[in-house]
Amino acid sequence: MSSSRFLYALTAILLGSLAMPGMAELTAARQKELVHLVRQDCGSCHGMTLRGGLGPALLPATLADKPAEGLVATIIGGRPGTPMPPWHRFLAEDEAQWIVERLMAGFPE
Amino acid sequence: MQLFFSGLLAVLLSACSGMPLRGTGDLGLVVERASSHVTLVNTSSREAYARIGGLGDLSHASVVYSRDARYAFIFGRDGGLTKVDLLEARIVKRIMQSGNAIGGSISQDGRIVVAQNYTPGGIKAFDAETLELLSEVPAEYAPGSFSKVVGLADVPGNKFAYALFDGGEIWVSDFSDSKRPVTKRYPAGLQPYDGLVTPDGRYYLAGLFGEDGIALLDLWQPEQGSRKILEKYGRGEEKLPVFKMPHLRGWSVAAGRAWLPAIGRHEVLIADAASWKETGRVAVKGQPVFVMASPDGRQVWVNFAFPDNGWVQVIDTLTGKIVQTLQPGKAVLHMEFTPRGEAVWLSARDDNRVVIYDTKTFRNLGSLAADAPSGIFFTSRAARIGF
Ligand code: HEC
Repeated sequence: MSSSRFLYALTAILLGSLAMPGMAELTAARQKELVHLVRQDCGSCHGMTLRGGLGPALLPATLADKPAEGLVATIIGGRPGTPMPPWHRFLAEDEAQWIVERLMAGFPE
Repeated sequence: MQLFFSGLLAVLLSACSGMPLRGTGDLGLVVERASSHVTLVNTSSREAYARIGGLGDLSHASVVYSRDARYAFIFGRDGGLTKVDLLEARIVKRIMQSGNAIGGSISQDGRIVVAQNYTPGGIKAFDAETLELLSEVPAEYAPGSFSKVVGLADVPGNKFAYALFDGGEIWVSDFSDSKRPVTKRYPAGLQPYDGLVTPDGRYYLAGLFGEDGIALLDLWQPEQGSRKILEKYGRGEEKLPVFKMPHLRGWSVAAGRAWLPAIGRHEVLIADAASWKETGRVAVKGQPVFVMASPDGRQVWVNFAFPDNGWVQVIDTLTGKIVQTLQPGKAVLHMEFTPRGEAVWLSARDDNRVVIYDTKTFRNLGSLAADAPSGIFFTSRAARIGF
């Protein structure tokens, strides 16, 4: 394991345990699905590189000042009156949380 | 074998002086969204003949063709504009024209290529020969407020019509003097998400996301102003979530009627293309994304937003009934008919394949490998108004 990957994994574990005490880790397979979903299907509005499109950029710099809970709520419930749809049919709360953490840290390829 | 063929062709093509003479009418390209590549294809042999890389972020990339149908202009999400020669299978020129683009169009006389941009919001006109910037129209709908531009379509008179998502307007810019465009503005409604011009170049339609209805402008009588059609098609019922925005283009008109995606309803709306009154609707599998008529107008093929994007349905335009429901692959993003419509090519992004169907028998005619394919664009677009 390279040191950056090690750091990444460590951060992921720390963030995971901080944000979701007692919550089961997502399986590697599910994480892979979520990365695909975000890049491809969220990407249709936010751009595959998440630099924005019809929806705003979802990059660490653009999200830095925004409270994570608010972003999780946006993903789960959508934003009425805007094209941002609610994803609760497809994403559990902890999965949306995982996505927000990854977005704020720099989303994996 | 295919590789050998494309290798051979590349060799033949690169030996410029010895280039075999051929037309481009049966060529096209497939955008490979995740890998900055396009694959060049031949719709007669149903084969890929070359692959070109280095094209930047191609999510939501779209393509228009020069009027000789030899050059493709590829508009990337990252603002890249690339001119590709289909015969020599190479990049002729590539520029970065904005920060975030959504597509483009080419003028009636073929001299001006226009890009539509999200950031900075507006359109930019380029010389089709050199890609030199000619002029731009910032989408400043109120002092200091710029809008994302959607639905750019070329219309007769070297004009371009487009809609302002944030500004709620339709703009028509006249590029008769390509360095000094003149723009007229018309009200559209809440959040236009895309637009189209009818194949005769007469009507511009802007689909609205923020309200039920479609804004219509008669370009033959623009002084009459814009009006709304198909108002309240949602009948006040709550909208279903839209996981992907529908796309509109001039292929929506068939058999004297317009076939349009409803927003937040699993329906295709049908309107008479003269009176613009609703004449019916078709219940479909999901939120329609592309509602695309075959070149003869006899069929309308529909694909869908996530999570129903594995389905494709075919509507018979005479009866208004669904005659076929297909599962061409995982995540069907786009479809393109061959010039006269005997076959349709569909991109199945998550299967890394382009699948070809016979439009008469609905038989699968084969497939091509492609890396996360999205848009498919054939040169027959070169001669169409509104593309
Ligand atoms: C159909 C288009 C569309 C899709 C698909 C979409 N979004 Fe959005 N999203 C938007 C728009 C538009 C906004 C801005 C809403 C506003 O104006 O407040 C937004 C806002 C957001 C925000 C808030 C950003 C901020 O700066 O406040 C987040 C986070 C977000 N989306 C995440 C996602 C995720 C994750 C997915 C996929 C699971 C997704 N979106 C899919 C259109 C979309």
